Amino acid sequence: MQERVIEKAAQLLESGACARVLGWKTGEFFYDVTPAVFTSAQQVRQEMVFSPFCGANLSKYLIAESRKEGKVGVFLKPCDSFSFVQLQKEHRILRENVYAVGVQCQGMSDIEALKALGLRGITAVQAEEDRLTVSTLYGEKTVALEEALSLRCRSCKSRALHDCDELIGDQGRDLDTDRFGEVARLEAMSPEERFAFWRSQLSKCIRCNACRNVCPACSCEKCVFDDPNSGVQNKAAADPFEEDLFHIIRAFHVAGRCTDCGECTRVCPQHIPLHLLNRKLIKDMNALYGPYQAGSDFDSKPPMLTFTQEDPEASIITEGRGIQ
Amino acid sequence: MQMNQEFKPTIVAFCCNWCSYAGADLSGTNRLQYPANVKIIRIPCSCRLNPMFILRAFQRGADGVILCGCHPGDCHYTTGNYYARRRMTLLFSLLDYMGIERQRTRVEWVSAAEGAKFAATMNDFVDTITKLGPNRRLEDLRCKSE
Repeated sequence: MQERVIEKAAQLLESGACARVLGWKTGEFFYDVTPAVFTSAQQVRQEMVFSPFCGANLSKYLIAESRKEGKVGVFLKPCDSFSFVQLQKEHRILRENVYAVGVQCQGMSDIEALKALGLRGITAVQAEEDRLTVSTLYGEKTVALEEALSLRCRSCKSRALHDCDELIGDQGRDLDTDRFGEVARLEAMSPEERFAFWRSQLSKCIRCNACRNVCPACSCEKCVFDDPNSGVQNKAAADPFEEDLFHIIRAFHVAGRCTDCGECTRVCPQHIPLHLLNRKLIKDMNALYGPYQAGSDFDSKPPMLTFTQEDPEASIITEGRGIQ
Repeated sequence: MQMNQEFKPTIVAFCCNWCSYAGADLSGTNRLQYPANVKIIRIPCSCRLNPMFILRAFQRGADGVILCGCHPGDCHYTTGNYYARRRMTLLFSLLDYMGIERQRTRVEWVSAAEGAKFAATMNDFVDTITKLGPNRRLEDLRCKSE
């Protein structure tokens, strides 16, 4: 897969079809893969990678890149392609300036998942089909990719590639995984337990804003949290209230637009399961206003931008009747 | 504040200009009683209520927040309260999910003719919050004076 991706990127640049290509390159460590813009085939052959650590969703970079001169090539995994469609729906991406190459994905791994398997001193990881060969200081070990999946990929919603000009690998389909199991487990707790759970998670927040900056849905040019008059200090551990405020508003502002790509959880340096907030909203909207998947098509109306006269009243929550 | 004092909650009521604010007015002119700890904030339409306003109210000392607007179908701007209904349902559900007491928030539709309903709603809401006690889960200690 890696060879085909790199060859395609080099070909796009050599043929002049694209002026720039968005892909991934290795950061400080081999597992620390970061998005990058390539401008020459030589650069692509030297630096570009496509490994099980390429979790980063490239679609958000298209907001800026598609407005620059010349065409931009981009590699999209299935979950990235949902964001790609959603951003087009919001008129944020100039589609005519983008050449999208869909890359089929078997699920992404991350270093935390490998460490959780008891592997220490990892020096390199080689991927073949559905297995990872992990070289460590203590020898080589083979693990199934399925065991080493990152948290979000364990409940992958779909492997369908949307709106791509070309595919590498086959067109996938929607998967039937238990996406809302963890949310349901939290819902079954008492309010005290839920409060304790979220306090223990959100109190770890260092307000680095990575979850906001990486989120393809959270792409306003002006953000409420950047307003110096907002009264929000934007600092770590200012007050428990500010942690709650930030995460409630962050999740709520992307309600109905979140494609559930899980980038927020992937980038969180404190390992806060932020996707559980977004998934709760998705679960509720599905139950209250009918099934909706952001970014799966161009025509459906987002639930928060429409209404029906028969919508349930807020009292179903406040009187504790619950969402059926 | 004296510690042995009886707990008197602070309630913030966001009222839409066209129905509920007039409803509150009517309950006043009819000399109906409702507790003085309800602070009314007038908004142009119930859908003007930004979720941030609710959280801010809790931050600055509210123990309960209620949104009052025109009955569905009667919005001055035709459809504003339908959007407000979806937003508030979703927001309250998220707050409940995070362990904030669900009784602290409420939405009630009060028309300009329903002065009695306004007073009854406020009496009931203040009762509920008094029993529930002060807001501890969404408070900001920096905003506490004394």
